[in-house]
Amino acid sequence: MTAIRIENLRKLFGKVIALDGLTLNVEQGTIFGFLGPNGAGKTTTIRLLTGLARPTAGRAWIMEEEISASRSVNTRIGYLPEDPAFYSWMTPAEFLDLITRLFGFSHSERKTRTQELLEHVGLNEVRKRRIGGFSRGMRQRLGIAQALVNRPEVLFLDEPASALDPAGRKDVLDLISQLHGKCTVFMSTHILADVERVCDTVGIINRGKLVVEAPQAELLAHYTVPAFELECEIGFEVQFKSFIDSLKSLQWVNSVLRKNSVARVVVNDLPMARQALLAKAAQSGLALRRYEIVTPSLEDIFLRLVGEEGNIK
Amino acid sequence: MTFFASLRKELLELWRCYRFLVTAVILLVFGLGSPLLAKSMPQLIKMMPGAERFAALIPQPTFADAISQYVKNISQFGIVLAVLMTMGSVVQEKEKGTASMVLAKPLPRSFFLLAKFAALCLNFFISLVLASLGGFYYTLVLFHAPHFSAWLALNILIFLSLAVYVSMTLFFSTLFRSQWAAAGLGLSIIISLSALSSFPGLGKYLPSSLFSWGASLVIGNEASAWPALVISLALILISLLASWLVFKRQEL
Repeated sequence: MTAIRIENLRKLFGKVIALDGLTLNVEQGTIFGFLGPNGAGKTTTIRLLTGLARPTAGRAWIMEEEISASRSVNTRIGYLPEDPAFYSWMTPAEFLDLITRLFGFSHSERKTRTQELLEHVGLNEVRKRRIGGFSRGMRQRLGIAQALVNRPEVLFLDEPASALDPAGRKDVLDLISQLHGKCTVFMSTHILADVERVCDTVGIINRGKLVVEAPQAELLAHYTVPAFELECEIGFEVQFKSFIDSLKSLQWVNSVLRKNSVARVVVNDLPMARQALLAKAAQSGLALRRYEIVTPSLEDIFLRLVGEEGNIK
Repeated sequence: MTFFASLRKELLELWRCYRFLVTAVILLVFGLGSPLLAKSMPQLIKMMPGAERFAALIPQPTFADAISQYVKNISQFGIVLAVLMTMGSVVQEKEKGTASMVLAKPLPRSFFLLAKFAALCLNFFISLVLASLGGFYYTLVLFHAPHFSAWLALNILIFLSLAVYVSMTLFFSTLFRSQWAAAGLGLSIIISLSALSSFPGLGKYLPSSLFSWGASLVIGNEASAWPALVISLALILISLLASWLVFKRQEL
């Protein structure tokens, strides 16, 4: 069954095209990673699907129910915005109680569900503290709890871990992983590592259009291209940069991506690259710490499909 | 059901953020203080240096002075409080993002607005009850007891007129993306209505006439402002309807 179906969704903000005929299907039970660079249209898509904005054209369905002005579908979805906002004077227990009331829970259901969720997201110990004093990570966990109140069939998460520190990111991604098989998760992000870690299906959007949509494994297999990873010794960064830049003009090099002393070189002719790459590095007088053939990551595929100015040749 | 959940949150917010306390204390102080001020004002003037020369000209305080002082103080501070308490009610939730959090749940936008209006009205209603009890008691002690039904009618008319300002500011708070724009327009409306009320023939149609009508009822003068009452009720309904029409089209 299709959990989310989007057909030719368009959204204009004046003359700016935020979504340009987006068509997309998300199967039930998947954790769908909606990838795209900043301004690609990820948040706009989620706002349209949650009824917080209206499309200029196109239609969308959630669990076969068309999204309309009546918003009856809101009982079946959960939503966590990019920067979740709460009533700072409330405690987390009070906020969850408010949400359970909005879903029409009975008195006993409200108490049980609030307690369950506070324990689930690890906020039970601070249940009586004001939300105003919460850290970003705690707010994000409370955001996930409020999105799960109604045991949603489809959960929309907008950049759930983007602004968190490593510990906070781990907590949030663990919570999302636990949802596998329990509900359909539609998670927008620009952090590829998060998608690689928790998502089984990936959709890449750029400039309001879907670039590709496939299960992550299928995507990696389809776009598998040989790549080399090189790391220079400390003190050789300047030579390393010019060496990496010089590779861009070679015919057997597909793309290069350098971050400080580490570079990834995607090639189209593996035998040639095996022969020439190390020799070229030696010729340029570089001292390498590491040289290896690597399996391409989602990041390579993403950059190949979306492009990144200055790094993709 | 969702309306009451939203109303409960609004009332809790008024209580926890001390907005109810501020409204109640200010109106109660002016409710208690107005008859007292009316009674003591001539004596205070007499105590001023050189006042003995025109002491005979200073009139004795009357029951009517106490009532007009009460109406003047409660209406002026009530209106300012109505604008201040309402100006951020919707716009702040849009700015902070709490509106999009709760409106992605099964809470209709109409209920979201109505709950805010109802909570603010209840805030002013309870504060006015306290102020009117205080005002009634001190008027009784210092002058004589006002006629109860007339006193009740006066306070109902004050409440209705404050509800007009609440509903209009709520509309501006829904319309704009800044609470200062909402407050600015709310205060502009107050000033405009005050200016318009001085036009001959026009004043009796404006909400401010409800104050003078209420005062007349208590003092015993024969005056009425039924057109102002009808227009005030219409303004409340129109403001709420306009708020809803604007809000349901807004993207959060």
